[in-house]
Amino acid sequence: MGNPGSGPVAEGEPIAAITVRDLRVRRGGRLILPGISLSVPRGRVTGLLGPSGSGKTTLLRTIVGVQIVEGGSVEVLGQPAGAAALRRRVAYVTQAPSVYGDLTVAENLRYFARILDAPNSRIEEVIGLVGLTAQTDQVAGTLSGGEFSRVSLAVALLGEPEVLVLDEPTVDVDPILRRDLWRTFYRLADAGATLLVSSHVMDEASRCHELVFMRSGQIIATGAPADLLQRTRSGSLEDAFVALTEAA
Amino acid sequence: MSVRITYATTARVLTQLRRDRRTLAMVFLVAPALLTLFKFIYDRQPLVFDRVGAPMIGLFPLVIMFLITSIAMLRERTTGTLERLMSLPLSKLDILLGYALAFAILATLQAGVTGTIGFVFLGVHATGPAWAVVLLAVMNALLGMALGLFLSAFARTEFQAIQFMPAVLLPQILLGGLLLPRNHMPGAVHVIADALPVTYAWDALTKVTAGDTGTWLWLDIVIVAGSITLALLLGATTLRRRTA
Repeated sequence: MGNPGSGPVAEGEPIAAITVRDLRVRRGGRLILPGISLSVPRGRVTGLLGPSGSGKTTLLRTIVGVQIVEGGSVEVLGQPAGAAALRRRVAYVTQAPSVYGDLTVAENLRYFARILDAPNSRIEEVIGLVGLTAQTDQVAGTLSGGEFSRVSLAVALLGEPEVLVLDEPTVDVDPILRRDLWRTFYRLADAGATLLVSSHVMDEASRCHELVFMRSGQIIATGAPADLLQRTRSGSLEDAFVALTEAA
Repeated sequence: MSVRITYATTARVLTQLRRDRRTLAMVFLVAPALLTLFKFIYDRQPLVFDRVGAPMIGLFPLVIMFLITSIAMLRERTTGTLERLMSLPLSKLDILLGYALAFAILATLQAGVTGTIGFVFLGVHATGPAWAVVLLAVMNALLGMALGLFLSAFARTEFQAIQFMPAVLLPQILLGGLLLPRNHMPGAVHVIADALPVTYAWDALTKVTAGDTGTWLWLDIVIVAGSITLALLLGATTLRRRTA
């Protein structure tokens, strides 16, 4: 397992990669985010934790700039979210894998590599990173659910993005591979990338450098896992979440 | 706009089609089969087959590319691949032209096969050159693609997307003059027909069939080309970087 808390950024003064101010988003007539503010530090793995339906995906969508926003502002790497210049620097892995089921793993990556102008050597590299080397020439649609979603993750890693936004990336993944994926995440963060990872399972939370707890469209707490445990005098992050929810 | 990305998109779409053997078989077998059917239906009225045989070769790609594009684009929209593409450094034109090139290649092959079978084995007759029929077939494929791409934005399911064929395309084909020459239709129907793009696609085909390759043929072609451009521009507005 990696070592949460380590990172290239000096303690105390984290430089924000993502800054959200008074964000208000309505989807399907419902106010999903009623006006939240948040700052995500650069070069760290930040976990966005909360139950299903708490607005995690909507928040991630605004950060990558694909969501129509009602109010507030979102800045990524100093530019408004969704700016054309960010399309090469920010990568997004949606919860449902967004790759072509009728292409092989390699064909999928080759296509997206052409778009990003990434070298061919990078294709093999990212296939290895997500543990699909043996399935390189398999048609993606015939892979298991977990494998299929890793093709989507591999595509996001292609362009070596500075900000990587992952919506539930380790669902359906076996424990060994999950550990390997987290090692990859730490390595990317150590190299200076900012990772924002959402999850609804609390056992992922302890792996993150920083945590953002979300519930019903509100951010109920932020901080390092150890801080949150200490603040709530809880034995587990699950208990901490409950304590913070009741206090909110 | 990037040649590299356009070409990669064309290659990707063709690979997807190549993998779908059954669809490919339909693309290449259905049109010749229908043409053969027409040949036998009009066995005792060879003049009718002479009138519609060659134009039909040029019109099949319109229908088939319309259907394939509708479904392919709907899949891009519903599986999230379109959203992913829109978040990457590419222009909408790269996607549109990539698709257009892929379907132009497929349409050329299809019209080539149907044309060969029609002109060589079924005795289809055109006074104008056969290659002109194939070229018009490619143009019609692009019209079908452009319309399918635009209309796919208004379908949520593949069932709905397929319904646009009988709803949008079939009336145009019927009004264009497949069943009855337009000058035999009542005035009001004629006026409606004149406002629809497939009418001009059909006219261009019947003119080549009749060996009439004058200015009016070019006018038809310009109108169809304009319709393709308009439909593609409308289609481009449905490729959104941001959604609700």
